[in-house]
Order: sequence, then structure tokens, then C-alpha cells
Amino acid sequence: MGSYVVVTILSYLFYLILTMSSGDLGLWSSSELVVGIPVALVAGLAGGRVFGEYVPASLLNPIKWVLFLYYVFVPFFIAMAKANIDVAMRVLTGKINPGIVRIKTGLKKSMSLTFLANSITLTPGTLSVDVDEESNDLYVHWIDVKNIEPEPAEVCGDFPQWARRIAE
Amino acid sequence: MMELGGWFMMAGVLLVVFGFLAVGRSALGPTVPDRVVGLDTLNTYVVAAMIVFGAAFDSVIYVDIAIVYALLSFVATLFIARYLERGL
Amino acid sequence: MSGIVALFLIIGIAFNCLGAIALYRFPDVYTRLHGATKATTFGSIFTSLAVVLYGFTKWAYTGEPRFCVLAVHAILALIALLLTNPTGAHAIARAAHRSGVMPKRAVVDKLAEREGKW
Repeated sequence: MGSYVVVTILSYLFYLILTMSSGDLGLWSSSELVVGIPVALVAGLAGGRVFGEYVPASLLNPIKWVLFLYYVFVPFFIAMAKANIDVAMRVLTGKINPGIVRIKTGLKKSMSLTFLANSITLTPGTLSVDVDEESNDLYVHWIDVKNIEPEPAEVCGDFPQWARRIAE
Repeated sequence: MMELGGWFMMAGVLLVVFGFLAVGRSALGPTVPDRVVGLDTLNTYVVAAMIVFGAAFDSVIYVDIAIVYALLSFVATLFIARYLERGL
Repeated sequence: MSGIVALFLIIGIAFNCLGAIALYRFPDVYTRLHGATKATTFGSIFTSLAVVLYGFTKWAYTGEPRFCVLAVHAILALIALLLTNPTGAHAIARAAHRSGVMPKRAVVDKLAEREGKW
């Protein structure tokens, strides 16, 4: 029940962002405010099951949102800029030494694993290929293999810790 | 100040040119996943170009369509990937 | 301000161009995904940020709400792109490996070892 309410409220907020500055009542027009309610109810009914099952309820904690924003704008953005300079050098020189390695993540929830896999894909020299569903280990395509059985820190820095802090 | 229409227009046209390069990758192959990579890259270029054109022509509808296009093309990519894995 | 917008556009176009070159420069599907995903995502962030900056500045100068809408919707499109791009790349990589396309010039392949193909 609670998860349906949360999804409905979030859908309504999203609808408000989409219909921003359409009219008379401040930024919104009164008809948009009314029409948004049934739309949000339908969306909440359709998608309510997802919340709580795949998305843990601890994500409602605002401290995690602040952490997430900090993560996106500081460590993640720096890693991404590095990744692009790295890719630029490889495109220009054509130097590659690829391979698929296995890293232990130690994460338990599917949400944090998704978070980590997406982070890994956008950061230097790595691309997540597959996941071992029993042990939650990731198979990572590493464009410059330095070590056949690497520690997680060699491949993706401290991203597993961030994933645990933010998404678990 | 802010006469940037020409800049946005040029950026959009360049993005469309890169989109054609991605189509070239799709046509060359050689394996099926290579073609899918070309398609996925094309989708990204189309979304980026739509956002830039929205600013160039001063109309928000381009950006709205870019949002929908990004989400739908993502679903299409997932479906193709699933099909490659084990058939429909 | 218009200088910053133009600079963002140029950076974005440069990285997007790199992504298009990477599609032709690399030998197999995984390395192509590396180049294409990272470079196009980063480039699109910059072109979209240029539009966001342009929208907010225009809004501040003219006070017309449609520029604010342009900027907010550009942020939404950027978020959609950021969430879907790496996930799509991951799906393609996994499907490629499962359908039997092996990485070229690879020095190690733990995933194929698990499946007994190496």
C-alpha cells in the first residue's frame, strides 16, 4: 500500500515538472493541476509494485539524495572526464590491451549493483558485461588489462563503497 | 546579446552528420552486435541533436520529443539485446 | 555568457565526433561500445548543458517563461539520456557475449572461462 502512495506522489511531482509554467496559478494552470491527479493515480497503480521490490525503501532518505548529488557532480564527473580523455588517446593512438575480468563487489541489492554497473560503464577503461547472479560479482571488459585477477580498487576505485552508501 | 541561433544550428547539423557515420557502422557490420552498437549511437546523436535544435528554433516541442525518443529507443535497444540472447 | 555556451557546444561536438571516430577505429564490438558510449554520453552532457545555460540566461534577461521550460525539459532529457545510455550498452555487451561474439585480441576472458569456451 505504502509503495503505491509513494509512486503516485512521485508521478504527480514529475507531471508538475513537465507541465511547468503553463498558466495562471503561479507557474501552473489550474486545469493541469486537476488533470495531473488521475494520471498520477493510474501511473501509481501500474508502477507501484516496482517500489519496495526492486527499489529499496531506504532511498527515500534525503541524506542519500545529498550524497548522490555530491557523488554525481564531484567524484563521478571527474572520473568521467578522465575516461573521455583516456578514450580520446586510445582512439588517436589505437593502443588497446583488452580482456574480460571478474571483480568482487560485495553488494547485496540489485539496485546498488545496477548503480555500480552503470558507474563502471561510464568511467575510465571499463565496461560491465555480465553479472554472476549468485555471488553478485561483475564481469568487466577492461580495455587495458594490467592484472588478470585484479582487486576491485584497481578497476573502479572506490565506487563499490559509494554504491553501498547511496543505493543500499 | 545571445545571438546564438547560428551556433546551435551548426552544432545540430554536425550531430546529424555524426548520426550518418553511425548508420555507416550499422551498414558495415560485420557482426549483428556491431550493427546494434551503430543503432544505439545513432539514437544518442538524434536525442542530442533534437535538444540543440530545440534551442536553435526556440521551440520546446523538440525537447519534449527528445525525452520520449530517448526512453523509447532505450526500450528498443533492450528488446534487440534480448532477442540476440535467446530469441523472442 | 554566450561565450560559455559556445564553448560548451564546441566541447560537446568534439567529444561526439570522437565517438563517431571510435566506431570506425576500434576492432571489435566491446571496444567500440567503450568509445561510443563514453564519448557520446559526455558530449551530449555538454551540448545539453549549453542549451540549459542558454535557456536560463534568456529567461533571466527577457522574463519569458518558455525559455525556463526549455531549460527544465532539456535537464529532463539529459537525465533520461544519462540513465538509459550505460544500461543499453551493458545490455548490448551481454547479448553480444551470450550470442558468441568473443572480444578480439583479448588477453583474458573470465566470462568465457566460466562458460567453458576459452
